[in-house]
Amino acid sequence: MAEVTLNKVVKFYDNVEAVRGIDLGIKDQEFVVLVGPSGCGKSTTLRMIAGLEEISGGEILIAGDVVNDVPPKDRDIAMVFQNYALYPHMTVFENMSFGLRLKRFPKDEIKRRVDEAARILDITELLDRKPKALSGGQRQRVAMGRAIVRDPKVFLFDEPLSNLDAKLRVQMRTEIKKVHQKVRTTTVYVTHDQVEAMTLADRVVVMNGGRIEQVGEPNDLYHAPATRFVAGFIGSPAMNFIPCAIEKTAGALRLVLHGGLGFDVPADRTKRYEAFVGKPGLSLGLRPEHITDARSPLEPGQQAMEVDLTVTEPMGMETLVYFGINGTEICGRVRPDAGARNGGRMTLAAQLNHMHLIDESSGLVV
Amino acid sequence: MVEAVMRPQATARTARKRTGLHKAMQRKSTIAFIMALPLILLIAVMVLYPAGYSLHLATLNKSMERFVGLNNFTFLFKRETFWLVVWQSCIFAVTAVVFKALIGFIVAHFVHNIPTKGQRKWRGMLLVPWVIPPAMSCLAWLWLFDPSYSAFNYIIALFGGDPIPWTGNTYWARFSVILVNIWIGAPFFMIMYLAALKSVPDQLYEAAAIDGANWWQRIWFVTLPMMRNIIAITALFSLIVTFANFDIVRVLTFGGPIDTTHVFATWAFRIGIEGGDIPLGACVSLFMVPILMFAAVFILRDINRRGNEA
Repeated sequence: MAEVTLNKVVKFYDNVEAVRGIDLGIKDQEFVVLVGPSGCGKSTTLRMIAGLEEISGGEILIAGDVVNDVPPKDRDIAMVFQNYALYPHMTVFENMSFGLRLKRFPKDEIKRRVDEAARILDITELLDRKPKALSGGQRQRVAMGRAIVRDPKVFLFDEPLSNLDAKLRVQMRTEIKKVHQKVRTTTVYVTHDQVEAMTLADRVVVMNGGRIEQVGEPNDLYHAPATRFVAGFIGSPAMNFIPCAIEKTAGALRLVLHGGLGFDVPADRTKRYEAFVGKPGLSLGLRPEHITDARSPLEPGQQAMEVDLTVTEPMGMETLVYFGINGTEICGRVRPDAGARNGGRMTLAAQLNHMHLIDESSGLVV
Repeated sequence: MVEAVMRPQATARTARKRTGLHKAMQRKSTIAFIMALPLILLIAVMVLYPAGYSLHLATLNKSMERFVGLNNFTFLFKRETFWLVVWQSCIFAVTAVVFKALIGFIVAHFVHNIPTKGQRKWRGMLLVPWVIPPAMSCLAWLWLFDPSYSAFNYIIALFGGDPIPWTGNTYWARFSVILVNIWIGAPFFMIMYLAALKSVPDQLYEAAAIDGANWWQRIWFVTLPMMRNIIAITALFSLIVTFANFDIVRVLTFGGPIDTTHVFATWAFRIGIEGGDIPLGACVSLFMVPILMFAAVFILRDINRRGNEA
């Protein structure tokens, strides 16, 4: 177990800068998830921590030691790959014990560790099988077992659930979380799935274009995104972005959406937004769950609006409703019994206490 | 089938027969057999008939007029040269195959590590020895091995060494024919192993690197096991071809000096065609069958047992 530190880490492929100076401190026993769209540099970062990619600039420290030039085998890490990378000619036991056998551990110690890991992962009865005879989920467990028996300083996961079907993915996600609660090894986990990131992580690192957009606990990222990218990337369905302007009225600020609709800015935000009065290029960010069916009386912070629904999507526990404001499609979430129907007119309430104001020129949430 | 339904009573018997034939015709295996029939016939004419005929020949006397049973075989067993040829054929085939495999494996590794852009060029160049007709390249080797004017001996003389009797001394002659066989055959191994190397997923090496394997352990625990089937099949195929080799020995040494480089094919030719004893020649060549069969069963059994693990 150890902390991992990245200082100004840079990676060039020929002339393409894949990772552009990343600073990140991962605490001992922490579960950190790197998330972002494909090509954002998250896998490259992980592979640099593993030692599978050379570091073009900056330094990586594991347990306080700079490991830039240390080969993977001497970094005391274990990695779980997307396609599991199990050795097809070895049994599950041989796969899991391979690393220990190379390090010439005594036989009974190897057996003890493999049995222990197999028990944690519930794969004891598979130990004599070859990977060919295993299902996707079982292979995934074996790959994790191979990491656990090594008792390394750091676990690295490279999109380990992408090859599983949706149901199994949810199941294995819980499984990984349980394992981390039992074996509290520092973990770096890469995924493009924001739900996976939110559910697993102690802290989430959102990456985009080779840079870190924001680091924070899942709930912080969700409720207080720092940039437009994070605001749009985290959350499903995604946050609505509506072009808007701020106007000053008597003693208060008013948010005017292009197209005529307007809301009063909550009083506690007046000061924060004052500087943006009359500025162009602003957007209102509002999550779908903050656009609900209006119930009277309105809750504090809620403001009503009449809209024409274009599409409704009943999900069972709620209904997603879509409508347009001046050409921008907006998504809201209403109760299933609120009477939403395709093409119908409906009164919705926007919860402005949860609004975000985005300065499109800088991409920051203000 | 349709007819049978339309005229149920009148032709019930013939219809049933026809249905059986119809069904047989529709079975996939039947269609496959019919499609493969031309090739099966071709093999029968080109392989089975000569094989049967040579069995028949082997039981005749020298003038091919009288049936002598197994006399030819018992006669061979008593000849020292026969056992010399058996011994030489085995040495020739086994040594050549082992070195071809080894060199092919090493070169394949080097080529595999060349960036894709330049790789095609190298692959093409390295295949040249295998592509040139052996009789032609053997002539070139013959000149290289010439005792008085050869390039090899010239270079050795430059460094003050004594000239080597490349094809004149028993051991040097054996060395020379094996060397040429390796030179011709190694590219085939190289190309087969290169294909096998490319099919090993990179992540297995990465996993092994993280598990703590050094380069040698990666080859031993990942590459070799992943290539086992290809290695076995290539070795078997090459063993058969090398064992039955004719042209290299024929061009380089004619089996000499004093029969010490003869292999089955060249000795069978010497006895049967040049010596005029065709039954005895057929008899010699028949001895390749049990030896190669043993090797084939041995190697293929191992492949079947393991199956496809990937």
